[in-house]
Amino acid sequence: MLSMTEKEKIEEEIRQVPIKKAACIEALKIVQEHRRWVSDESIRDVADILDMSAEEVDSVATFYNLIFRQPVGRHIILLCDSISCYVMGLKGIHAELTRLLEIQYGQTTADGRFTLLPNPCLGTCDHAPAMMVDKDTYRDLQPSALADILEKYT
Amino acid sequence: MERPLTQHITFPPLEIRQYEAIGGYQAVRKAVRHMQPQEVTALVKESNMKGRGGAGFSTGMKWSFVPMDVPGPKYLVANADEMEPGTFKDRWLLEGNPHQLLEGMIVAAYAIQATEAFVFLRWAYKDAAIAVRKAIAEAYDAGYLGKDILGTGYSLEMHLHTGVGRYMCGEETALLNSLEGKRATPRAKPPFPQVSGLFGKPTIVNNVETLSFIPHIVNKGADWFKSLSRTADGGTKIYGVSGRVNKPGAWELPMGITMRELMEDYAGGMKNGFGFRGVLPGGASTDFLIEKHMDITLDFAGVAAAGSRLGTGTMVVLDDQTCPVGFVHNLEHFFAQESCGFCTPCREGLPWTEKLLWAIEQGRGRNEDLELLLRHTEWLGPGNTFCALAPGAMEPLQSALKYFRDDFERHIREHRCPYHDPVPAAPASAHLHHTHHL
Repeated sequence: MLSMTEKEKIEEEIRQVPIKKAACIEALKIVQEHRRWVSDESIRDVADILDMSAEEVDSVATFYNLIFRQPVGRHIILLCDSISCYVMGLKGIHAELTRLLEIQYGQTTADGRFTLLPNPCLGTCDHAPAMMVDKDTYRDLQPSALADILEKYT
Repeated sequence: MERPLTQHITFPPLEIRQYEAIGGYQAVRKAVRHMQPQEVTALVKESNMKGRGGAGFSTGMKWSFVPMDVPGPKYLVANADEMEPGTFKDRWLLEGNPHQLLEGMIVAAYAIQATEAFVFLRWAYKDAAIAVRKAIAEAYDAGYLGKDILGTGYSLEMHLHTGVGRYMCGEETALLNSLEGKRATPRAKPPFPQVSGLFGKPTIVNNVETLSFIPHIVNKGADWFKSLSRTADGGTKIYGVSGRVNKPGAWELPMGITMRELMEDYAGGMKNGFGFRGVLPGGASTDFLIEKHMDITLDFAGVAAAGSRLGTGTMVVLDDQTCPVGFVHNLEHFFAQESCGFCTPCREGLPWTEKLLWAIEQGRGRNEDLELLLRHTEWLGPGNTFCALAPGAMEPLQSALKYFRDDFERHIREHRCPYHDPVPAAPASAHLHHTHHL
């Protein structure tokens, strides 16, 4: 069930748009902000509040890379896997990250601390390779710097 | 050398009072107080400003298609969903001078008599979101947004929308679907958004760099804008270079500088120990240019004459120690993943292309695969798909097959990548938005 806060925030978004459905992405973002991911139950709750079918809401949710339909860890690592980072050493960064975390792309560490995801171009190509951890962007990455970066996130 | 777009970029960006102190919001004052909306459009048309988002269509012309006599809402959208791989110019403008963008948006909105404006910002640009949100609040407080702007009777509401990640959102009709809360699939044209866009109302979508230039054109005129450029395409342009060059970065330069100047004088030439093989001149979806193109002018016509596109003007360099097959595989992996799946050539053809390239890169390629890849560049080419994603994806592939064919053949002949171990791309299962259990 949606919390009161989630409901209020979604209602506020509905007031901003000419038709209820148009608040769909915002509603999914609100749920994810509160629960870190969007479960089947949340899909149905969002559908109810927006007068949409659950399937329609899910078709939107599964379309976008950054709406998570599976549980994720406390921190999200988005490793840029686009072309400038590919040229500038993505391979070494990926190898060191997967070694330190002992997980592959799409997986979450056993302690629930990190989820590692590939992400298209982060738009900081003059400082490739790059990654984001939650809201922080890290540029000009070297494999040797990764362990210290991960230490910051508990 | 004048650098109107970037001369006042600072981190953190100028607050509204500082921005006003350097002449900020004068264009809004001039336009809404002293110009008719049609005069603003005519001025931008006369300047010959061509859109900086990639397609290079005349901005004033685009605005002039908006029907001015229909009642009801009209919309202006700043396309800040910068997601073209290798492109990092709009981030600079958004983080470094958000008021310049807002001012351009207000003037553009006034020109088409828009009632609401949106900044469609990509998810990853967290610092830009903070900067734009703050700037919008400041502009409301100062009376440049909201009801009865500067007492002129013109009203405009502005919103920031942050996306949830999908390359398709950069395509203007797909962007509008996304703003309506839907999947970002492209719409059939016509009707064009200028007539029937967001929620079926007249809508203009312009790139961040394009809109950021509008205040300067209003303040200084069309002739000044043209005089900034070395060629018929007016203005300055933000060019960028990434890859194994000495000084990767972005610079605002006169439109029409040469590739050689950009690569040598600004990007500082290749890093020690690396040679130049080629360059994607305007993002992932443009054809490679090679050494023989070094003296072309980097304007829309100059790059087109060399067989590519200026695109976003941000370049990715292919060096002599990076495998061209692996390079193109990385691009096609991106395009296959980001295809919206709406039309068959794109949905089926891009994964096929990616698989063929991966097989070649791993040493499992066959001679006939090259013919098959070439056929794809036709099947997925202009006119055979619903939008420009797949034709764009074919541009680096077709030019790689032309310029680096020896590399492809050597992979097949030697059953291995002669450069390095293949760098695997993430499988589809690594993206957590796919799974659903309903």
